[in-house]
Amino acid sequence: MSLATRVGSDRQLARLLQIGIVLEEVVEARAYHHHQSLSAEEQTELDDDIEHLLEHAAEESAEHRQRLEELIDDLEAESVAFEEIEALVDGQYGQTKPEDFDGILYDQLHSEETAYKFYDDLIGAIEGSDAEFGIDRDSLLETLRGIRTEEEEGVREVTEIMEERE
Amino acid sequence: MNTADQYLKAIYVVQRAENGPAATGTLADRLEVSPASVNEMVGKLADRGLVDHEKYKGASLTDEGIVRAREALQTYCIIERFLANVLEVEEFQAEARELESVIDETVADRLDTIIDRRSDCPECFDPESDACEHLDFCIENPAN
Repeated sequence: MSLATRVGSDRQLARLLQIGIVLEEVVEARAYHHHQSLSAEEQTELDDDIEHLLEHAAEESAEHRQRLEELIDDLEAESVAFEEIEALVDGQYGQTKPEDFDGILYDQLHSEETAYKFYDDLIGAIEGSDAEFGIDRDSLLETLRGIRTEEEEGVREVTEIMEERE
Repeated sequence: MNTADQYLKAIYVVQRAENGPAATGTLADRLEVSPASVNEMVGKLADRGLVDHEKYKGASLTDEGIVRAREALQTYCIIERFLANVLEVEEFQAEARELESVIDETVADRLDTIIDRRSDCPECFDPESDACEHLDFCIENPAN
């Protein structure tokens, strides 16, 4: 009855890591856009906590992307250029941009939760597979679990700021 | 996408293609599982009010099942379009089928923010080609 929920080949693994990279790039580009989309007056009003959150989100996503790119390199697959994803985010941002500070926080929470869910599912799919990969399984899982923990912390951080604003 | 949603999506696509109930054998071929597995899952979906099952005819989605199936098909369309237009994967249908069980709808929603999907999705899904009929295999052009 069950349809396979596991990663069975280097190609499939590389593709999923590419998707992880794109998700990180979307977070990074959207965090930048959120900041830039505010008027000068809104930027002055911008809470230090939210400003720090957006900066931290962009930095952390860039760092996660690097860690995923190292794994992809070892699988001899190609990464996805940040500039390309940034252009796509740019092109669609007008239709998906949050309306206010709360909208920005909600978008950020959605990003962190999505990333957490993605890594959690990916780790489960790798653990459920007995395929041999071209990279060391233990270090692959260690890297992904480390990123998942940081995404979980990100969810907590955004939630705390949202609760403080209520 | 979980197993139940993959079944609902398959029933929806087969029903549309055949203009009638989805036969067990057709679903088994499409999902690459045994007919016994299909019968077991269709029974569970029927218990949950998502599918009506008529012996010797096949499975039909209830109204609630159609809503769930359309959401699942939209998730699938996002994965296909993302693979084809962003990652430029030539065999995007085959890879989408491989990846759909690992890609959750929340993840697909985020990927949806960088693709240009039509508002009538999933109406434009063509069961024969197993892809959106408007899908061009090219790099997405960001709107200016």
